[in-house]
Amino acid sequence: MNKVKASVLMRHEVGLHARPSVKLTKLAKAFQSRIDLGLSPDGPWIDAKSIVKVMATKAPKDSTIYFRAEGSDARAALDALVTLVDGDFQDGP
Amino acid sequence: MDHRTHRAALRIEGRPAAPGIALGPLVRLAPVRHDARQRRSVAEEHQALVDALNASQEDLSLLAREAGDAEAEAILAFQIALLEDDSLAAPAFAQIADGEAAHRAWSAAIDPEIASYEAAEDAYFRGRASDLRDLRDRVLRHLSGEADQIVPPGVILAADDMPPSTFLATDWREGGLALRRGSPSSHVAILARSRGVPMIVGIDLDRLDDGSEAVLDGDAGLLIVDPGTDTRTAYCQRRAEQAEARKAMASFNGPAHTATGELVRVMINVTGLAELATLDPGHVDGIGLMRTEFLFHGRDKLPTEEEQYRIYRRMLEWAGDKPVTIRTLDAGGDKPIAGLTQPDDMNPFLGVRGVRLSLRRPDVFRAQLRALARAAVAGNLKVMIPMVTVPEELDRCRALFQQACDELRREGIDAQMPPLGMMVEVPAAALTIEDFNADFFSIGSNDLIQYVAAASRDEPQLADLTRPSRAVFGLIGHVVKYANQVGRETSLCGDLAGEPGQVAALLDQGLRILSVTPGALGAVKAAITSYSGPAA
Repeated sequence: MNKVKASVLMRHEVGLHARPSVKLTKLAKAFQSRIDLGLSPDGPWIDAKSIVKVMATKAPKDSTIYFRAEGSDARAALDALVTLVDGDFQDGP
Repeated sequence: MDHRTHRAALRIEGRPAAPGIALGPLVRLAPVRHDARQRRSVAEEHQALVDALNASQEDLSLLAREAGDAEAEAILAFQIALLEDDSLAAPAFAQIADGEAAHRAWSAAIDPEIASYEAAEDAYFRGRASDLRDLRDRVLRHLSGEADQIVPPGVILAADDMPPSTFLATDWREGGLALRRGSPSSHVAILARSRGVPMIVGIDLDRLDDGSEAVLDGDAGLLIVDPGTDTRTAYCQRRAEQAEARKAMASFNGPAHTATGELVRVMINVTGLAELATLDPGHVDGIGLMRTEFLFHGRDKLPTEEEQYRIYRRMLEWAGDKPVTIRTLDAGGDKPIAGLTQPDDMNPFLGVRGVRLSLRRPDVFRAQLRALARAAVAGNLKVMIPMVTVPEELDRCRALFQQACDELRREGIDAQMPPLGMMVEVPAAALTIEDFNADFFSIGSNDLIQYVAAASRDEPQLADLTRPSRAVFGLIGHVVKYANQVGRETSLCGDLAGEPGQVAALLDQGLRILSVTPGALGAVKAAITSYSGPAA
């Protein structure tokens, strides 16, 4: 099985707020793979497709976000998520 | 004789959340009650919650379609995303399966989430508790078959808290909002500001009666119940003045013409994307100065080419086919940037700033030029260089820009060279303007004045020296005269352009493009309209 990990520094002015969280979970849901998100390299891990759980991390500005994904499109999923966070959540709908 | 009972005015102090004045009867918004509902079978309760969730989602989608502004859409998108997330309702369905009533199960599932937001350290996350309460109550209303509470238009609404969706469904007209809870950073306060609804928070509601006459002062954060005649009259007058000012603003939406019918283009100075969200591009003739310092501030890493490109492109999209003049990074002077400007600059205003810094940091400059060359394909972009002193600086910028375009094209990326102009803010450049190979000029009056007068604009004791002098107007006139002869555009984008009292003097010098802060648009356009040519 295809397992990958990635991490990215979140610089969004106000942290992982409603608007960024909506974008992040929407993007995660576009992929087949199971995708987890954490605020440290060894978890705890939460489901990156759940806005309830993503918002509950209350991640502030300058947090490093860790992703791990498992599935056929795991690499593509993490590339897209890292680009989103790195690009300050500016892209997309 | 007046037979009405005279009551002393009651002044309740809170905090301002959205400016403006509202006058009208007070209406208290009752909290939602759902205890009347009876539990039925497990299957029926399960279905009841499924139906209530679906109905809530439909409500919110409808509200989002009708919202019509980005703030409202984002707030509703968050609530819709919460509803689409099965993990929110999962504990409720589990409790229903164990025999609990749907409304109690739903509250039990969402209340801990609300509590967790209420306990958050960060004010933003605490504010989200109100979005979750909104969602909880909407689903509860559907479960109990209650309709949304209808609020009459034009009243001052008092409530513990107001969910964003109720705010959006209310006809505010001249009304206002007073809340016990909530904060100036809550979603509902953001909506109130963007829609011009006066709002205050932190108001003690216990002594308020439905139907009392009240004045809400969103500027001072004050609620006055049963105001006396004098207070009422004073506030009526203030409200009328504010309405008049807004109308004056709106009547200057079109292009500005002098009294003799000459067109003067009025553009805006912009500091970041957020400012554009509240502005209608129809009200301006373009962006005369787009600063880029905001991209570099308050962050660990410098912005990437990609990031800059996306933001420049969004500015161009906002402006449609109107010109957007982006100034390359003007760091240094009063605008230091960690890791970029030189911290040991002895005299920052006379030091390594503007183009002087860009030419010394080709890595940083190259990323910005590449981003600009890519964005130039997407709209009416113009680029200007700050702090140009001698012609060679502008020539080097042009060569680097051309190089960036060539590189991009070799990489197969669309790029083009936009018109390249210069800021005229150093006296040496203004005096020898005919030596510069610039496609257009933009006079930066703030720096020009302080360099001409050798007086800092941050030194209050020298305020009279930093007033625009005959020396400054002489330099401006020299630049405009030369530019007109050779058919190049000149604009002025300093604070001077935003002072209605200086507009006539600038038009006297031949300027026909001014760029001002958005707040000064109305007053400047009004000053242009009354200009009838140089005084004899």
